[in-house]
Parts: sequence; C-alpha cells; structure tokens
Amino acid sequence: MSSPMTPGIAAARLPVETLTQNFADLHAPLDRHEARVAADRCYFCYDAPCVTACPTSIDIPLFIRQISTGTPEAAAKTIFDQNILGGMCARVCPTEDLCEQACVREAAEGRPVEIGRLQRYATDTLMVKQSHPYDRAPATGKTVAVVGAGPAGLACAHRLAMLGHDVTIFDARPKPGGLNEFGIAAYKSTDDFAAREVDWLMGIGGIALQTGKKLGADLTLEALAGDFDAVFLGVGLGGVNALQTAGEDKDGVRDAVDFIAELRQASDLTTLPVGRDVVVIGGGMTAVDAAVQSKLLGAQNVTIAYRRSRDAMSASRYEQDLAASQGVRLMFNVQPIAIHGNGAVREVELEYTADAGAGLKGTGETLRLPVDQLFKAIGQTLETDAGLTLDGPKIAVTGAGRTNRKGVWAGGDCASGGDDLTVTAVAEGRDAAMDIHATLMGGN
Amino acid sequence: MADLTTNFLGITSPNPFWLASAPPTDKEYNVRRAFEAGWGGVVWKTLGSEGPPVVNVNGPRYGAIYGADRRLLGLNNIELITDRPLQTNLDEITRVKADYPDRAIIVSIMVPCEEQAWKDILPRVQETGADGIELNFGCPHGMSERGMGAAVGQVPEYIEMVARWCKQYYDKPVIVKLTPNITDIRKPAAAALRGGADAVSLINTINSITSVNLDTMSPEPSIDGKGSHGGYCGPAVKPIALSMVSEIARHPDTRGLPISGIGGITTWRDAAEYISLGCGNVQVCTAAMTYGFKIVQEMISGLSDWMDEKGYTSVEQVVGRAVPNVTDWQYLNLNYVAKAKINQDDCIKCGRCYAACEDTSHQAIAMSADRTFSVIDEECVACNLCVDVCPVENCITMEVMEPGQVDPRTGKVVQKDYANWTTHPNNPGAVAAE
Repeated sequence: MSSPMTPGIAAARLPVETLTQNFADLHAPLDRHEARVAADRCYFCYDAPCVTACPTSIDIPLFIRQISTGTPEAAAKTIFDQNILGGMCARVCPTEDLCEQACVREAAEGRPVEIGRLQRYATDTLMVKQSHPYDRAPATGKTVAVVGAGPAGLACAHRLAMLGHDVTIFDARPKPGGLNEFGIAAYKSTDDFAAREVDWLMGIGGIALQTGKKLGADLTLEALAGDFDAVFLGVGLGGVNALQTAGEDKDGVRDAVDFIAELRQASDLTTLPVGRDVVVIGGGMTAVDAAVQSKLLGAQNVTIAYRRSRDAMSASRYEQDLAASQGVRLMFNVQPIAIHGNGAVREVELEYTADAGAGLKGTGETLRLPVDQLFKAIGQTLETDAGLTLDGPKIAVTGAGRTNRKGVWAGGDCASGGDDLTVTAVAEGRDAAMDIHATLMGGN
Repeated sequence: MADLTTNFLGITSPNPFWLASAPPTDKEYNVRRAFEAGWGGVVWKTLGSEGPPVVNVNGPRYGAIYGADRRLLGLNNIELITDRPLQTNLDEITRVKADYPDRAIIVSIMVPCEEQAWKDILPRVQETGADGIELNFGCPHGMSERGMGAAVGQVPEYIEMVARWCKQYYDKPVIVKLTPNITDIRKPAAAALRGGADAVSLINTINSITSVNLDTMSPEPSIDGKGSHGGYCGPAVKPIALSMVSEIARHPDTRGLPISGIGGITTWRDAAEYISLGCGNVQVCTAAMTYGFKIVQEMISGLSDWMDEKGYTSVEQVVGRAVPNVTDWQYLNLNYVAKAKINQDDCIKCGRCYAACEDTSHQAIAMSADRTFSVIDEECVACNLCVDVCPVENCITMEVMEPGQVDPRTGKVVQKDYANWTTHPNNPGAVAAE
C-alpha cells in the first residue's frame, strides 16, 4: 500500500476505512428530533425572503411548518411540487448563497434556519416511505424528446409526464443523472443517491430513457424535431476549456470534471489514483470538489490556484472554508504560465496577477509549485449548438426556455441566463415543461 | 443585594418563593432537597383523613402543551392528594421543620366537609410544628367527585364554614386555596375572609383536557384508552391567575386580605408581577417540575437585583404597588393616543407584523419592494398586535403622541386631559363631566 508521501500518482494512499470515513455524508441527515428543533426556529415569514432566493421558489415556510407539525411527507410534497429534484438540491444547493443567506435569522443571529437539511429530512422521509407521490394526467397523445438526463432534463421530463405527455429522454452517458451522477463531490451524494433519485422520479411513468445517445453524434435536432411534437435540450456543457498554457499536454494534466466523474463512478476508492502534489487551476465549485476530493483520497499537498481575488471566486465562502478545513491551500491572484516536466508534469509555473482597474494582468513575478497531478477547472463549454442561435457561449433562450427554433426549448447549463446550479436547471426544466404543455395543448 | 426575607401572616421565610402543594412537596426527601436548593418555604402536599390513603392511577398523570422547541407552557395533571399514610407525612413534616426552623412549612389539608373530620386532623397537624395550614378547596379532579376540593371551593358558604372550623380548632394561620373553576373569584375569597381565614392562595389548577390522541381518540393523559379532565397549570395559566389575584386585591370586600400568588410562576419577573398585584409571596410548582429545584436561584437573584435597581429594600414595599393601576375598561383614558413605530435597525424583515396587520387588523403597515416595513400612522390604532408578533423584542414600540399633536388617523388634536367612556359623547349612559 502507498501513502500520502508516495511520489507521483498512486492509488490507495489511505486505508479503506479512512477513505470510507472521508467520503461519508458531508452533512449527516437530521433525525426526527433534530428536525423538529431546527423547524421550530422558522418564523414563518410573510412573503419569505428564502422563497424569493430559491430559484425553484419552494414554499419554504410552509414545508418547515409541516415538519414542525409532524407531517414531513406533506412537507416533501410542498417541496416536490416546485422542485422534483428537491432531494438532490437539499444536498448540493449552495444554500449559504441562496435560501439560508436570505433567512431573517441570518440577519438576526448570523445563524439561519437549516433549510437545506430540513429539506433533506422531508424529502428523504417521503422517498423512503412512498414509491412516487404523483399521478399522471390523462394521456394527451403528445410526445416530447428531452435531450440530456441531467437536472434540467429530468425536471422537464417529469413535469411533462405528469401532465400526460409521453416523454423520451436521450442521454450521451451510459447512466442518467447528468452532473448529479457524474459531477458533484461524492460526499454530497452518498449511497448512490443520484441514481436512486432518478429511479424514484421515473416512477411517474410515461418516460422512456435511451442512454448512449449523443446530440450531434447519434442524434440530430432535425430528426428529433420531426419525430416528436416538441424537443427540450438540457445537454449541459460537455466541453472543457483549455488552459492554453505551454505544457498542457504533459502526463498528469487532466480535466477536473473527468476526475470527479471517475471518482463518482468508482466502486472501490482504493483503486483511484491521485497525485502526491496536486494543483487545481480554477475558482469554481468544480475546482473545490476536485481539490477537496484529492485531499480526501490522500494527496499530500493540494493547492487551488485561482487567477483572481477571493471575492471573485465563484465557489462560495462556505466551500472555500470547507476546502481550507480539509487542508487545501487556496492561492489567489496567480495564473499558470507554463507546465514543466519531462513527459509527466513536475512543476507548474504561476505568475502573480493584479487588477489595477484596467483588467487582470500578470505582474511578471512568478513562482513554481511542485505538482504531479494538475487539474484544469476553468469552466465548461457547449459541445454543439445544434444549429441554434447562441447568446455568447450558450443557446439563446427567451421566456421559459424558448430557442429561436419553433418547437425547441432549452434549459440548464446549456441555455443562456441563470446560474449554473442544479436548482436553477430544475427550475428551467420545469418552466420549459409548462410552456411546452401550454404550447402543445393551446396550439400557440 | 436586597433582603428578600418575607413575613407572610407572621410566618418568616428567607425569600418569598414557596413550593406549592404538589408532587414536589409530597415527602421529606424532596422537601429537604428543595430547602437545600434555597426555597423559602413549602406547602406540603395535601393530607387527607386518617384511613386507607387515596390511590392514584397507574398510568400517565400528566399532559402537556408545548411552545417552540418543546418548551413546556402548560401542564395538566390527574394526580390526587398524597397517597401515603397520614402519620408518615406528619412524622416527616415534624422532622423537616425541626431541621429547617428558618423555612416556612405549611400543611395542605383536604378532608370531608364535616366538622369532625377537621376536628380530628387539625390537632395532629398542630403537633408537627408546621407554620400554618392551607385548605385545598381547589383540586378539580377525583377528590371533587367525592365532595372535596373544588366541590367545596365552588360553594362560598362551605368555604366560610370550613374556614371557621379551622380557626376554631387550629391556632396558626389558615390559608384558603381557591379554585379558578368558578365565575367570580371574589365570592369565594370574601367567604374565606368571613370565615376568618388569614389569607387566600390562588389559583389552583384549571379544568382542562390538554390534547386528544388522534390514533386512539382518547384524551391525554390516557388511561387504558380513556381520559378525564385534569388540572391545568404552568406558564399558560399566569394571565388568568394574575387577573383573579388583582380582582381580590382591589375589591372593597377583599382588599387587604393577604394573598399567596400561584399560577405559572417561572421566573423572578413572574413573581414580581404577582407581588405587585398584591401577593405577599408566591408559590411555584410547574417550573420546579420542569427544571428542578435549582431554578429558585434565578428567581432569588433576579428579584433581588431588580429590587436593588428600583431601590426597594424589602419585598413588602413591592406588595400591591400595581393594584391602584388595575381599573375597569370604562375608566381607561380615551385621550391617550399611541402609534406603533418600527425600529429599522432592529428589524430583521420577517414581515410578521405586516401579515398580522394586513390580514387580521387595520392595514396599517406598509411593505416596500426591499422589505422595509413601516407604520402608516393614518391607519394605526395602536392595537399592539405587531409588537406582540414581532420576534425581536423592542423592535416595534408604541410611541405616545403628545397633547397638541394631530392624530393623523382621526384628524383630531390629542388632548392632554383625561377622559373616559363614562363621559364619552358616544355613550348613551354618559354623565356630564364634573
């Protein structure tokens, strides 16, 4: 067995017991008593700020009141009515930036109601007890193709199926779930939750799933538009930005998203290799997830190198602190200018940056970090525009996800507007479904 | 630190905090622990006549009402008087009183409404050296069905009669404990006074069913699927008790009758409120049953600090201070005008004031797009609901308007003179102001 000190990239740096512990639930679920105590803190605010802050507009005061009165299943229905992936969102939402930041008790005491954990308590309770809580409306005879089985596609498909339409979901990967299944740190979605949630969601019926079907390769928008009454694209951002730094092709340099996906799919974490000295380039959630998980796998030194200041980092302060608490070093205002090594990466050369008001510029001062595994986490890109009009790097949409092509909607990370969050994708998928429904039934 | 020594009916105790007659005072072990914790006195759990002791149910005796975080707000019980032999209790009382001569021990008694029954027990109580007796005319369950407890307390003539017997066969102070399960508390209090009682204590517990088990459809506490009403006590009953205490304290027939205040006293502040409304001391039960005997320490420090702050040097100086300010609605000053004011620095923007006012009151709070809540003086009647529902203490206050200012709601100038309903032009029975 190797250890954190083992040079290069090696598997089994930590014993299996430690790895199991490291990748356990980041936040243990609340038990019944904890949930009641936490729920009692909610003030049942008028036109509550937490609801406004939630991209899916879950009626948070109502669901928390339902928990406090001993009806967590009713609470779950309140959540699922707005957000069918409320279970996953309860685990992965940056609540510290959304509902919990808006909570009036955050203003009052610096300690918000634990909305995320209460949401998990409610949704877990229902999902354990009940196969599926919704019934389908009478069949409409309409068919919809949903491309991408991530949060946007799943939310869209579920709502459409509920409204009586027949849905076929296509996904490029061998399994559904999108980033819920292949992205996101493992300690946020334990016990195969993403897959279980998809199974539970599909319990609505009326949704056929075809995996291994990629838009642009196995599918064309043209054909889909001909075969179905409507098409929803929730294909995410399959491409990865390159560093465009000399030496990027060296061994040991890879995309963070691939590492995260590999980790999520690994059945035995002791088989997963990780470097002794890991450097992650980037400042978003992907960077944090890759860095923290490298550390948890047993990397000796892990550094996140971000080219801007801490304030500009898109990962929340909570995530930054999580990384720091795990021993990840956060470096700000450094950008890679060269990756050195003879075949495999040995060092990354960073240049300090400064923004004097005229944009970010290198200062000329450099430093080098030893590195035997370097992860690139500087953003993802749309893989195919499918012939649709773009707005910047994404598919242009108006209203509830309407693209420039009639009968084609888009939502989630691939579409313009909104943050690249699971919960935002769910909201966009849901809203597009309602618009598709209105269009198909109303003929407008 | 203010001296809390209290003289009630000539009975001295180091502080005005007595434990009420209830499970915490049922036996020597508990009472010794209470005295060690600092309680000024106890009213020993009610003794019955010689003979086979009463029996209690063998299932749950208590039911509860909770606030947020399962804070116990109300407790109900179906327990009866002591179920231990009379002589055992008397022996224990004798021993404890001998060991704690500076603490008050009052013996609660409930025997049948027959002269002989009282004549039999009173000399035996006298022998214990206890400082006085309290007549339990209040228990609303079990004993009342046997013609005792509340069954006596609900008939003023019986109260007077029994009080008289007690004064005849017992030398020390006699306190009559009143049941609130009546329509006018002044009647039994006056009866006690006529019978020669030295004081009244109130309130005993209130008839209550705390909850219904929706699976079994049995009231709680449930005994084999059935429930019976019990006696309600705890913080929830305090407002009811305070009102009853004040009625006795201010009524011409009962004014000056010493009162031992009981009902949901949980903190020093509760105690001070009872004392200000005319109580010479207070009795506590539910708070001790919820938190243990140690809570008396907070009551002692709190009352003492407050008295120091106010310049009171004895509890006696506080007794009845608020009584002159208890009046009837018709005498309230209708020229007094206030407006709610929301302190924006303290506001946490929960909007509960808005929901309460907009949905259920006077539409006198405005809400802006950025969740700034402000009072619309033109609509505000100063009802206080916003203050009551606001989670932040003192965030919303009631600001008094100065005479000469114009009330934007009525358009009238605020008068500095006192004027009440009795002389109000809208009152058909108004009398001309003198």
